Amino acid sequence: MSKANGDIRIGVYVCHCGTNISAVVDVKSLAAYGATLPNVVVSREYKYLCSDPGQDLIRQDIAERKLNRVVVASCSPHLHEQTFRNALATGGLNPFFLQMVNIREQDSWVTEDKQAATRKARDLVRAAARRVAWNESLERDRIPIHPAVMVVGGGIAGIHAALTLANSGKHVYLVEREPTIGGHMAQFDKTFPTLDCAACILTPKMSAVKSHKNITLWTYSEVTQVDGYVGNFKVKVRRWPRYIKEDLCSGCLECLKACVYKEAKFPDDFNVGLAKRKPIYISFPQAVPQVPVIDPETCIQFKSGKCKKTCIDACGERHAISLQMEEKTEEVEVGNIILATGSQPFDARRIPYYGYGVYPNVYTALEVERLVNASGPTGGEVVLRDGRTPKSVAIVHCVGSRDEGTNRWCSRVCCMYSLKLAHLIKEHTGADIFNFYIDIRTPGKGFEEFYQKLLNERVHFVRGRVAEVTDWALDPSEENKLVIRVEDTLAGIVRRIPVDMVVLSTGLEPQADAEQVRRLFNITCASGGFFLERHPKLAPVSTFTDGIFLAGCCQGPKDIPDTVAQAGAAAAEALALIDAGFVETEPNAAYVMEEVCSGCKTCVAMCPFSAIEFLQEERKARINQAKCKGCGTCVAACPSGSIYQHLFEDQQIFEEIEGILTNA
Amino acid sequence: MKPKVAFYWCASCGGCEEAVVDLDEKILDVANAVDIVFWPVALDFKEHDVEAMPDGSILASFINGAIRNSDQLKMAKLLRAKSQVVVAFGVCAQLGGIPGLANLSDAKGIFAEVFKDGVAPVRLHQNNGHSLSLPEFFDTVVELGRVIDVDYYLPGCPPTPKIIGAALGALLGSDLPPKGTVLAPDQALCEECPRKDTRPEKLLLKEFKRVHQVVADQQTCLLAQGLACLGPGTRAGCEAMCPRGNMPCTGCFGPTSRVRDFGAKALSALASVIDSDDEVEIARVLDALPDPAGLFYRYSLPSSLLGRRRME
Amino acid sequence: MPESFEPKIVAFFCNWCTYLAADLAGTSRIKYAPNTRVVRVMCSGRVDPQFVLDAFAKGADGVLIGGCHPGDCHYQEGNYKALRRFVLLKRLVKQMGIEEERLRLEWISAAEGERVKTVVNDMVEKVRALGPRVPARRKEVA
Repeated sequence: MSKANGDIRIGVYVCHCGTNISAVVDVKSLAAYGATLPNVVVSREYKYLCSDPGQDLIRQDIAERKLNRVVVASCSPHLHEQTFRNALATGGLNPFFLQMVNIREQDSWVTEDKQAATRKARDLVRAAARRVAWNESLERDRIPIHPAVMVVGGGIAGIHAALTLANSGKHVYLVEREPTIGGHMAQFDKTFPTLDCAACILTPKMSAVKSHKNITLWTYSEVTQVDGYVGNFKVKVRRWPRYIKEDLCSGCLECLKACVYKEAKFPDDFNVGLAKRKPIYISFPQAVPQVPVIDPETCIQFKSGKCKKTCIDACGERHAISLQMEEKTEEVEVGNIILATGSQPFDARRIPYYGYGVYPNVYTALEVERLVNASGPTGGEVVLRDGRTPKSVAIVHCVGSRDEGTNRWCSRVCCMYSLKLAHLIKEHTGADIFNFYIDIRTPGKGFEEFYQKLLNERVHFVRGRVAEVTDWALDPSEENKLVIRVEDTLAGIVRRIPVDMVVLSTGLEPQADAEQVRRLFNITCASGGFFLERHPKLAPVSTFTDGIFLAGCCQGPKDIPDTVAQAGAAAAEALALIDAGFVETEPNAAYVMEEVCSGCKTCVAMCPFSAIEFLQEERKARINQAKCKGCGTCVAACPSGSIYQHLFEDQQIFEEIEGILTNA
Repeated sequence: MKPKVAFYWCASCGGCEEAVVDLDEKILDVANAVDIVFWPVALDFKEHDVEAMPDGSILASFINGAIRNSDQLKMAKLLRAKSQVVVAFGVCAQLGGIPGLANLSDAKGIFAEVFKDGVAPVRLHQNNGHSLSLPEFFDTVVELGRVIDVDYYLPGCPPTPKIIGAALGALLGSDLPPKGTVLAPDQALCEECPRKDTRPEKLLLKEFKRVHQVVADQQTCLLAQGLACLGPGTRAGCEAMCPRGNMPCTGCFGPTSRVRDFGAKALSALASVIDSDDEVEIARVLDALPDPAGLFYRYSLPSSLLGRRRME
Repeated sequence: MPESFEPKIVAFFCNWCTYLAADLAGTSRIKYAPNTRVVRVMCSGRVDPQFVLDAFAKGADGVLIGGCHPGDCHYQEGNYKALRRFVLLKRLVKQMGIEEERLRLEWISAAEGERVKTVVNDMVEKVRALGPRVPARRKEVA
């Protein structure tokens, strides 16, 4: 129970934050006002309270003026509550005797009228001074961290994070829902700006994952349930049946050759529908694990029970094929989770006037990646669907990006990959290439130089957003061609440019199930649907849920160098927690005053974390302090006022309300 | 010299007077132990008798009823001056009680409703050189503690014989609790209720029912049956008399000391257990409770945080 | 009512969604009416109806509760409890003569900085039109 214990001595500190606060809020008068409040023994203003000298100021006053409460009026507690709590702690005062007042993000930065902003700050400081008198000394609990980590998503982000962690000696569960790891990068041919072969740099990492003793690789699997909290997650993973036993399969792929389907007939997702596969298939030859999958939706045996099962014969003595395999659920304990679930390409059909799905010679960038790839469906030949080699190609930038009608953001990688495709297509076909752009965005290392190279290769660049792709010919030169209608904004004219092939540089967007995934892990999405990071600058790989980190495009569009960097960062954050061994809790758990609890059980139904136990013998409710997350719902529901909450006591909140509304 | 006690009634129903009589034989012990110097319902002492007493000469005045007119205000102040201890007797004195529901209206509104097309009362009446006056009728009913210093509170509508007996005993003995204490346990009613074990641990309700809509089972927790039992938010002490009578608790013992507004907390407890997350469905379930103010503030409106409906 | 009436709105914002959205409005330098005074709570489920009534009783002209969108509560269901209480509380305060627009529950996610501005500005204007919660002349017995 909290009480305004003894002699309260408050120090009030008003931060200028350079001019961020002081340009709008009259910090001097605010500090002067602070001095007039009850129990305030010192009230100061300072340019940068979060700096070392700023914190020293507070520490000095704690020692010399015997402060036992501190109010800091500055930025959002989300930024510096920890900083100032540490300042109190190192100054010899329990860190929870701090109360912060947000006069920057929620006052000086959002208010035009200076007087109104100052008045608002005064009300809030007064409220904080009243509230802080009721703060109590609290200690943080320590939660141990289980050393294993789960990485969800086996693209380059997940692979890099997993390897980093595994190399440091930690055990990693890498869960990937496709039958193979590799993600989108495995579909690329060459990567910008160096034109490295994607497979050449990716496959060694993929096999390192496979052979690493510290990595448990579960492909064709997905997470179905997450319980627990940082340091102690319990995760359920559903493993779909491949119908081929991983530990027995040698990867010879004889079963594929032997399948009764002599011709492949079903859409091949890896080749983005440009090729076909059999019911028994492997995504690509270097897949990891090198084990095929049988698709029960298309396999004759599963559909009718009447197949000759030539695949099983071909497998012979290894007996790796098992058509009775069932799905399995694994349950593991991990201390941290890294989400590397990637992104999906924008569906070009959503912009019908670009003709994708209407005109056969309109392609998406990913389809063209597969065309130029030597191991792709055309063996690296850039050919149209009717077999002709294009003599002119249009590459349309910003399809589904920077677009009010679809996605407003810039997808970051498309300018570079559009330049890359321009180069590769020219190399493969010698065709005339036109890139239609709004801006050419080349911020990375070597990127601008790559663009210059393209200019030297005589690729045509037209600055204008393509209005339409049409097959309506207005003159003989446009017959049997696709015509790009575009305003050339540098030349100041509307142009019609006939081409054989149109490539749509589709943007990146969140995976289709991003919303379900984020609920599974209890994190939030930002506007746009990508997973939300804790802070865009200072915590780009953390989330607001402790122990859950982000890597790669699931957090926002980015290229491979940034993805790998972020994956390493996420691994480092997880390692920091694991090596520290524990994480400290925010001491805001609710607790029952058992002497006065009447056993009405209203609270028990309130807790989604099952933190409230009803003790049958004593007829009282008891809250498990480790399980309690501190939401306070039970506190508000308790009809006899017998549940309290540290850091958010009723008394403290009433003081804050009354401080806001009543002049001191 | 026997200690002197006084009883007075303000805006009340008379039930608290009967509660004293309900002490049965024990009333004789009381009568033997004390000198009742003022009790309008039973004895013939007058106001001027009280005025004549020295200040502080009455050991304890037991005042029931709320303050809603100038006469009650005057008498409350008078008795306060003449008494060492004032006990707010019953929930009307403690929290405003049922008369407090008048705060959903005001003097004008009440008179218009009560007297409608009839003859409205006149404050001053003169006839043949005599004059008769009625007290001023306030717009707002307040609890006793709002107009005078109250030493102890006896909750209940009315307080039970057990509670009254205990209070009298404490006052006449030397074991006085701290000033301001409510003389009943500081826990909710569920503690005393014989049905408490039948409330499921995780109770969530899909419907509320009113008492006339269902014949309640005699053994099962009334809230679990969908009746709006306010027991979880009401102070214990009455030994769950109403649930024993197969009726849900209506909250006459007021809140525990840890609650500032009885109605708000009771509302929170009942709303929180509605088994729906959909706004439309929640509203439909709550349609079964057509008068939230009457239900949750039946006894405590004047003492609530808002105190009364906004005056026009 | 006096020309210069500036409504005072006490706002209970949940730490994970609405409070962050208000911070985002700040970092985006979105300007909005300066009439709110925010009390930070961990979850909208922490908002006890007593807080709301105390705010009105002590002079607030309006009370705004901000929580996560349904399904998004950082603590799974706290916002649903808040919703249940709010529906009943609204009916109660209506009987107490407090107009509809003075008590508001809004779902604002951490990404919706712009929405903080829209909601606050809208509420301030509606409450301004209603006038102060406690009229200048209050009749109560002494």
